[in-house]
Amino acid sequence: MNKPIPNSLRNLPDERGRFGAFGGRFVAETLMPLILELEAAYEAAKADPAFQTEFDYYMKHYVGRPSPLWFAERLTRKLGGAKIYFKRDELNHTGAHKINNCIGQILLAKRMGKTRIIAETGAGQHGVATATVAALFGLPCVIYMGAVDVERQQPNVFRMRLLGAEVVPVTSGAATLKDAMNDAMRDWVANVRDTFYIIGTAAGPHPYPAMVRDFQSVIGTEARAQMIEAEGRLPDVAIAAIGGGSNAIGLFHPMLDDEVKLIGVEAAGRGLDSGEHAASLSRGRPGVLHGNRTYLLQDADGQILEAHSISAGLDYPGIGPEHSHLHDIGRVEYVAVTDDEALEAFQLCCATEGIIPALEPAHALAHVAKIAPAMEPSQIILMNLCGRGDKDIFTVAKHLGAKL
Amino acid sequence: MSRIAATFARLKSEDRAALITFVEAFDPDRATSAALLAGMAARGADIIEIGMPFTDPMADGPTIQQAGRRALAGGATVAGTLGLVRDFRAGNDTVPLVLMGYLNPILSYGVARFTADAAAAGVDGLIVVDLPTEETDLMLADVRANGLDLIRLVAPTTSDARLPVVLKDSSGFVYYVSITGITGTRTASAADLARDIPRLRAATSLPIAVGFGVRTPEQAAIVARHADGAVVASALIDRMAAGLDDQGKASAALIATVLDDVTALAAAMRRERVTVLA
Repeated sequence: MNKPIPNSLRNLPDERGRFGAFGGRFVAETLMPLILELEAAYEAAKADPAFQTEFDYYMKHYVGRPSPLWFAERLTRKLGGAKIYFKRDELNHTGAHKINNCIGQILLAKRMGKTRIIAETGAGQHGVATATVAALFGLPCVIYMGAVDVERQQPNVFRMRLLGAEVVPVTSGAATLKDAMNDAMRDWVANVRDTFYIIGTAAGPHPYPAMVRDFQSVIGTEARAQMIEAEGRLPDVAIAAIGGGSNAIGLFHPMLDDEVKLIGVEAAGRGLDSGEHAASLSRGRPGVLHGNRTYLLQDADGQILEAHSISAGLDYPGIGPEHSHLHDIGRVEYVAVTDDEALEAFQLCCATEGIIPALEPAHALAHVAKIAPAMEPSQIILMNLCGRGDKDIFTVAKHLGAKL
Repeated sequence: MSRIAATFARLKSEDRAALITFVEAFDPDRATSAALLAGMAARGADIIEIGMPFTDPMADGPTIQQAGRRALAGGATVAGTLGLVRDFRAGNDTVPLVLMGYLNPILSYGVARFTADAAAAGVDGLIVVDLPTEETDLMLADVRANGLDLIRLVAPTTSDARLPVVLKDSSGFVYYVSITGITGTRTASAADLARDIPRLRAATSLPIAVGFGVRTPEQAAIVARHADGAVVASALIDRMAAGLDDQGKASAALIATVLDDVTALAAAMRRERVTVLA
């Protein structure tokens, strides 16, 4: 490991799992010893070159990394401003960036001698990625998924079952992602000795936010080198969509100390003032949920509110704690994009680049479309195209009034 | 002496364990909770825990999850829960009340304001499920300044080496989560308790209460043989939930049925110690 640079923004979290005022370990005592065990195991793995070698092996030969850096020339011409590059993590095995983290965590589970895998999922992308690695390593796998999402995302439910996972519909609360996460935590509490919980985003109790970020940083590390190779310099702007924020932190973290403007795009749903959105940073306030202190959508009495987004992957009332910190110190700019703007960008991407993006990166693209025309042709925007849109065609068809 | 310390001192002189019952505040409405609190104290509950409803109770099973949802629909707020405590205290100055809940509603209310208002209302102790020892500095000074007990959860996963860390800032009593799991599901056996409780005794002089999965008078009696208190929560809530009418309301007869369960639990725990003495 490299020695930490003083004054670097890349040295967090501290030993208590804090990113400034955010993060930490807010879990019941039953889980606390497990969290500490996981932290020790992760620290040991990080220090072991064999673990990194193993991770790199699966990234290259199973996931298909490095993912390409693509100059989106027709889109650039169409928008008429800055040069736009896509980091194409939608080309990974299973079609999104989620697999990077799942490979890392299951390798750690194996090291720790755990024999059973659990995970939560919203749209099903993380569930599919987890079921995939569980099948690859021959471990039984239980995926918690809100009953409402099970109904909305039948193709992914079927994929998970094909991969051998048991999909448990969650009926508690509002029966969506946050409730699935609650039930996964409850399963973990009840099966602490043999079970490894693969959290899908850079949130949860320490060490999850740091661990997920580290595994996803393969995105930013590659993109940084590819930008230098393609353009001889870093981009002016790097931009990514944010639900929990794992693809964004993966892109941003290797560039935190660079002179690159970083922009995170939250889901504004039906509008930031509609009460139906998932913009924790734009419209939430700090609180504690799912093991960490972070910005949350909550009412005046501290009860958690339901999030809304056309993109199920952004439909979460919290955000990873490192994003909360980067927001408060002003290192990253966080903006929000509505369902309608994302749908428009989705179609723009299909038409100009021949790429059907997931609705999550379509949010990032919608913001690219807003800022690129006002930038100079000599400037560069790097966008994380973190998932492909095959999973979203039913949702998009419905919104466009098409019958499938 | 605090109400909690006084209660355990008195029970020690009577050679019996505490019956600790549970009411989810505002489940399904304020009047029902008020009636249950007063009734439980009259029927032999030695300490009462009041659940503070939260949308995302991660350590709780379906029973308390649903109770929380009914309570929030019934208008539960932090201020409302403290109001319930004030009303109970107006009629009862001896039975200790312990608020049990999750951190976020407390943070939202403000830690300093919450601990001050809770103490003023007549709360004796706090159990904050998702505030482990490692994060206690967030509340400890305010809890102490207001004379409240911070009651800690200890779990079967808590190692001997970790026990002193967990118990360092705890007071009142120790809440032993007797199973690895969520509330109201599995039940610890007598053998489990015979193995686990001495491990705790070696690490603390505080009274030890056992909760999570204690449902029947028989189970409460077994707990009374090993520990200083038994917490019964989900079983009482289940009794009420099963009898709610079509509008989700609890009738006076239903409340009486729940209180009859409290009477039976109190009697079983008293008999248990008498049997041991004989």
